[in-house]
Amino acid sequence: MAAAESYPADLRYHKDHDWVRVDGDEAVFGITWHAQDALGEVVYFEPPAVNSHIDADGSYGSLESVKAVSDVIAPLGGTVTAVNDAVVETPETVNEDPYGDGWLIRVRLDDPSAVEGLLDAAAYQALL
Amino acid sequence: MAPAPRRTPLYDWHVELGARMVDFAGWEMPVYYVGINEEHRAVRARAGLFDVSHMGQIEVTGSGAEGLLKKALASDVTRLEEGQAQYSFLLNEKGGIVDDLIVYRLPDRWLLVVNAGNTEADFAHLKALKHRGATLANVSDATAMIALQGPVALELLADIWPKKAAAPDTLKPFTAIARDVAGVPCLVARTGYTGEPGVEIMCAAERAGDLWDGILARREHGVVPSGLGARDTLRLEMGYPLHGHDIDAKTTPIEAGLGRFVHLDGREFVGSAVVAKQVAKGVKRRLVGLRLVDRAIPREGYAILADGSPVGKITSGTLSPSIDRGIGLGYVPANLATPGTVLQVDVRGRVRDADVVPLPFYKKES
Repeated sequence: MAAAESYPADLRYHKDHDWVRVDGDEAVFGITWHAQDALGEVVYFEPPAVNSHIDADGSYGSLESVKAVSDVIAPLGGTVTAVNDAVVETPETVNEDPYGDGWLIRVRLDDPSAVEGLLDAAAYQALL
Repeated sequence: MAPAPRRTPLYDWHVELGARMVDFAGWEMPVYYVGINEEHRAVRARAGLFDVSHMGQIEVTGSGAEGLLKKALASDVTRLEEGQAQYSFLLNEKGGIVDDLIVYRLPDRWLLVVNAGNTEADFAHLKALKHRGATLANVSDATAMIALQGPVALELLADIWPKKAAAPDTLKPFTAIARDVAGVPCLVARTGYTGEPGVEIMCAAERAGDLWDGILARREHGVVPSGLGARDTLRLEMGYPLHGHDIDAKTTPIEAGLGRFVHLDGREFVGSAVVAKQVAKGVKRRLVGLRLVDRAIPREGYAILADGSPVGKITSGTLSPSIDRGIGLGYVPANLATPGTVLQVDVRGRVRDADVVPLPFYKKES
């Protein structure tokens, strides 16, 4: 079942519908409720390689629904430390729990302070 | 500016059911209600109900009707008896497919059911043949069409079928009869675009809601409203082409592997000379089914490669819900079209192996 619409206040957001949960010098990335809703049922996640470096505002992988492909955009730059294999195996987890079990990757941030440049939940929702 | 998309008589029903609406061929249509995969699986396992009222209906009447269709269609309509139907093509002089369609011979008229986006072009194409004694009528706006497809479709239909009439499962594939369904006067055709048993039902536009509600009132059979998303994955698993994507005015039925629906037999019809030549001498390219080895999804426009060099493009592709593999159709040089050939697809910069496989991609376990 798809999750109900929400934009948790403890996350920071990128205008391309991605979220960040910062944890010290690491962060977890995922896509917002709005992004998974626009995409429809996710059937495929192509993740980046662990230990690869990704740039802020760059594409680090793709999510596909039956009808569409969508690049996922890195809100911040860093080195990939983990990929959510549960989403690789069961991509619809992104629809069911976009902010929880549906996280996509974990990253060691180049510059943890850059998170201050991202949107808070209210500012992100104002864009929708 | 593009004109506002058109709506079928069932638009309000789709909104009420919570459908996600998209623009398809100029029509605002449900792409899914709950989810494409779920609806796809329901059709394979039980039954799905589709609004296909966007499709076009052209009636041909008059003493010259058969003569016009003999000239215009690639199938031999003289083989049809009353109540029978054929899959057929309107071709241009170069043998290219103007449209693919189903032609019905009914007691009082001929009926062509054509692709939504092609209805007006088809009508103009037929009219331009200027056949004497044939009267054409585009009855698309006055006609609603609903497809009920799946292994329990005919069983469900029996519940809303006149008690004294022969049961729906006595209808043979590619036949059609006039019947009341759920009290609505309909033309019921044993046809479809999913590979499952089922019917496509036409009725007056203003009765579409009664027919739709009458079928969904039998939810105990497991029927679910299904959108164009599932319709597309279902047809693609069967290898059925979609006009404007897998076939068009620049491809011929022979190139598309649809020669069995073309009845040459020395007949002359629009495009017959080119088609006959292709049958005799062969074609340079063929439409093939490709099944990806990895779990990646081919999509329209992606390059097909042989030993690293582009040899064609994907014309339709998806992740097959039934076999859980990426599948696609595309044209390749004829020498690479044999099942068992290993090709590749460039999936956004990553080269993925793909096997040429016989169609359909999916066969029911028996």
